Amino acid sequence: MTQPPDTPVVSTGEISSEAPVQATAAANAPTASAGGGRSFLPANTLLRHLLVLVACAVGAVVLLEITDPFTNSQLAQLTYYAIAAGGLTVLTGLNGQISLGHGALMAVGAYTTALMLDADEPLPLPVVLLAAVALATVVGALVGVAAARLHGPYLAGATLALAVGLPGLAVYYGDLFGGEQGLRVRAPRAPESFESFIDLVSGNPPSATKWLAYVGTICLLITFFLLANLVRSRIGRTWRAVRDQEVAAELAGINLGAWRVLAFVVSAACAGLAGGVLALVVRLAAPSGFTLVLSLALLTAIVIGGLGSLVGVLLGSALLVFLPPFVTDLGADLGLNSTEAAQLAPFVYGLVLVVVMIFAPAGVVGTIRMRWLTARARRAARGAGS
Amino acid sequence: MQQFVNVTLTGLISGSVYAAFALALVLIWRSTRIVNFAQGSMAAATSFIALALIQAGQSYWLALVVALASGFVIGAVIERVVIRPVEGGPELNAVIVTLGLFVAIQALIAIVFGSSFESFPAPFGLRGFTVGETTIALTPNSIYVLVAVVLTMAGLIALFRFTRLGLAMRASAFGQEVARLLGVRVGRMLTLGWALAAVVGSLSGLLIAGGGLVYPAYMDALIVFGFVAAVLGGLDSPVGAVVGGLTIGLALSYVSAYLDPALVNLAALVILMVVLLVRPGGLFASSTARRA
Amino acid sequence: MTRSSRRLTRLLAAATVATTLAACGGGDDGGGGGGGGGGENEASDVGITEDTIKLGAHYPLTGVAAPGYSEIPTGVQAYFDHVNANGGVYDRQIEYVYRDDAYNPTNTSAVVNQLVLEDEVFAVVGGLGTPTHSAVLEFLNSERVPDLFVSSGSRLWGETPEDYPYTFGWQTDYVSEGKILGQYIAENLPDAKVGLFLQDDDLGADGESGLREYIDDQIVEVQSYVPGNTDVGPQIAALQAAGADVVVGFNVPSYTALSQLVSLRLGYQPQWFYSNVGSDPTLVGSLLANFSQGQVTDATLLDGAITTEYFPGTDSPDDPWVQMFQQIWDEQGQEGELTTFRLYGMAQAYTTVQALQAAGQNPTRDDLVAAIEQVGADWEGPLFAPFRYSEDSHMGTSGMRVVQVAGAAVEELTPVLTTDLGDAEIEESDREAATPPENGIPDEEAAD
Repeated sequence: MTQPPDTPVVSTGEISSEAPVQATAAANAPTASAGGGRSFLPANTLLRHLLVLVACAVGAVVLLEITDPFTNSQLAQLTYYAIAAGGLTVLTGLNGQISLGHGALMAVGAYTTALMLDADEPLPLPVVLLAAVALATVVGALVGVAAARLHGPYLAGATLALAVGLPGLAVYYGDLFGGEQGLRVRAPRAPESFESFIDLVSGNPPSATKWLAYVGTICLLITFFLLANLVRSRIGRTWRAVRDQEVAAELAGINLGAWRVLAFVVSAACAGLAGGVLALVVRLAAPSGFTLVLSLALLTAIVIGGLGSLVGVLLGSALLVFLPPFVTDLGADLGLNSTEAAQLAPFVYGLVLVVVMIFAPAGVVGTIRMRWLTARARRAARGAGS
Repeated sequence: MQQFVNVTLTGLISGSVYAAFALALVLIWRSTRIVNFAQGSMAAATSFIALALIQAGQSYWLALVVALASGFVIGAVIERVVIRPVEGGPELNAVIVTLGLFVAIQALIAIVFGSSFESFPAPFGLRGFTVGETTIALTPNSIYVLVAVVLTMAGLIALFRFTRLGLAMRASAFGQEVARLLGVRVGRMLTLGWALAAVVGSLSGLLIAGGGLVYPAYMDALIVFGFVAAVLGGLDSPVGAVVGGLTIGLALSYVSAYLDPALVNLAALVILMVVLLVRPGGLFASSTARRA
Repeated sequence: MTRSSRRLTRLLAAATVATTLAACGGGDDGGGGGGGGGGENEASDVGITEDTIKLGAHYPLTGVAAPGYSEIPTGVQAYFDHVNANGGVYDRQIEYVYRDDAYNPTNTSAVVNQLVLEDEVFAVVGGLGTPTHSAVLEFLNSERVPDLFVSSGSRLWGETPEDYPYTFGWQTDYVSEGKILGQYIAENLPDAKVGLFLQDDDLGADGESGLREYIDDQIVEVQSYVPGNTDVGPQIAALQAAGADVVVGFNVPSYTALSQLVSLRLGYQPQWFYSNVGSDPTLVGSLLANFSQGQVTDATLLDGAITTEYFPGTDSPDDPWVQMFQQIWDEQGQEGELTTFRLYGMAQAYTTVQALQAAGQNPTRDDLVAAIEQVGADWEGPLFAPFRYSEDSHMGTSGMRVVQVAGAAVEELTPVLTTDLGDAEIEESDREAATPPENGIPDEEAAD
């Protein structure tokens, strides 16, 4: 699914003096969301999120049914990027820790899923995915404990080594993990209820691709619903405190290390789920699918969209999925041969990263928010002056 | 025994190249507090420029000079045009910019020079020296690599320790405001830092290319190991970069020979984790770990 | 005889191609069965229109695996252009779409989705790589898309057609190659101590299992490298330390060059064997040539190395097939020389055209698969040994010959040997070398 129909997931309230000049602007928003005076949504956070969730679900179904099968498969891709990036944006945006290693955590989820589905009588899919989440959580906790002591580039270096190091285990224990070739994943067939649901909604053929897109979307919606509630809870506030006011937080009796580990665990759980969805959608868990490129792509998604913002994550993930084929096709239309056109995609992708960071350093969502807030402040000032 | 000697020598040579690359990262970190992920692509670009010259019949040494000079220019231009706007902003933004450059430059190399494997000539012989009956994995070219790395390190240390320019660069890196008050042209120093780093990076690229194969992504492994080496040594310390580079080079060579080549990357992770758990700021961290 | 193939035969009876007409004379002139107007081209399935047929492929065009492999589709393209310039297949122009997967299975999955669902190709042809193509094996078979001539020697593509009925291998599988090399060593170098230098995936593993069928007791050391880690010094040093005087490499070309360079550094001079995948003397030679200008005095490091061939490469410029492809490349190709990678692509495209011809004038996807199973084993072409295609096996060509590198060319050491997976015997192929067709385009009859 792409951007949900009604955008104010990060509904804005009174942002007073907290000038959103940094990339973290979007991340700060939820702090002040409680009393959104103008919002038509209910004041109760949980209730509001439930309404948004339902709206998003409806929007997602509409989107999946009006688009062609190929777009369905691209949307399925988008879901696993977004799930992992959603967790990462909590870690980086809210808690301030950078991770270049979430691709490795996705690998944990993907291999768990592949191995469990390979059993003679595989467990139901939700159980398998939960197991993927559980295992990634455990690994995430271990990494998180080590990471909590590190800062900035040291943390980046350690997680970078994690991203390139962990897939090596899959090769070393080739008998279990299938070595370089990896494990092929037989995604469970869609239940009959799904087929009748699709028949009822649109009458489209309920293909395997569509089923996997729905699985991804359901996981995405659940993840984002939980994350949205989490960041607006006491836990989210504490994370922001740990990020922004380390000393003050420590003085207030907050155990910095424990909270950092918790943030890492939450994001690892998301990465595990994303890995499980990836294994289903790609139909394979192989080391070459979890290169450093994947970890860097996730980082790109959260920063381009706007750090700390779930809507931004969706935008960023959409960029990852839709930009390369778009550029390649554009190149082919311009008369380049396939090889040249293929080289064009990473080139443009790299340029977009640089340009966005220079001209919209707060990410897409952050920049739009900033514009909007500035405009409102001006209006308010004018109103006060007259 | 012969195997052990050869494995050690192999590790030492690759370690010295990691060290050179780590030095380049340290230089940039010291001047702008940015980890430059584009370093590898920038170095690869200059290697391809050198290769084009060599294939056109020019000598290795002319190609080397041109490549280093173009590295200097590329480094300076990138700092001025692309890095300056994000300097001082959130750390992540700079990271993303360098990642973007990394991808874009690599693709640009592929577009301009094609993506086939090319062999890169070495200025000196590639046959190992013979000691008594046995040949050891030390070639005239690897001695050239070692000497080049040592000279570079010595030059950088001399620059920072004993020259006004080095002092000004250090001042700009540690306290921009103060340095500016004292009349240091901070902006120029930062540009110079990037340019110098790009030269050192290019040199490491040329050294690892010599007597090997190059293709647009040939520096990818070096980015990872170079970065790990730099972090291992403590990002602020040139000596740390060299020690880190040699450590990683040797350790990975032993792991590859005596354990399993599949575990090489994992070994880098384990070494880094162990060191960072004991010293979160790297081996040669200054007394207070910097919080970036 | 299936309904659809009867229909095809009838359609073909009216086709303009003279030889096909002749063929139909002896065949069934078509009884009841499916309809179809005589001789008109129809849009008989996805990807086929009256005047076009669309084929797709995935290759690493960017990234680490791109060097070398990215040339293959340019060869395929050049050959299809040649066929198109000469009227196409059944008057249909072949539209060839190849997309980049950067040798990353995640990308492969995405681009093959695009090929099948958006580009709507009739078949996927020559998708490259074992880990990459594994990712789309299930998908292509569940979508019933013919998945022809995978560019990899893994046995996945043909050993179990009951699981993957739409997938076909093409090149000699690595197990058979290992067996042929193993037998050669056992017969000619029975006292040698053998070391193995293997890529850490199916290439190395399958090759090793084939070798062990014959020289299990001669192997003294096995070293593998992980693709991407270019420092193979420790591996070669270990082989040297084990005292191996014969080293068999199942590796890719860049690692052939790397292993030669490291051996030079170590003063290690065993008898080298390289699998076909890694040998290509021209490519490796050109890789190493640059060093000879510098300080490597021995210009042809690879001289004397033993390898295998299953189709004539650029090292046999006098071979009539190579000459034919050279001419086509000169007329249709893009910039650059004809390399063995491009020859590989052109040979694969040649087989593809054979398959399309055999599938008949208005084939469905299933017709194409049925035609390959039925007549694929009889096709003659640039490959030395026949394909093993049948209803029980989708394995590609069955054999190769052992050759020794001598300068820029190769010398034959054995005749063409054929074998199969498992404990199948190694036999001499009794097939004569085929003569290339005059116009460079095969002329297969429609299967019936």
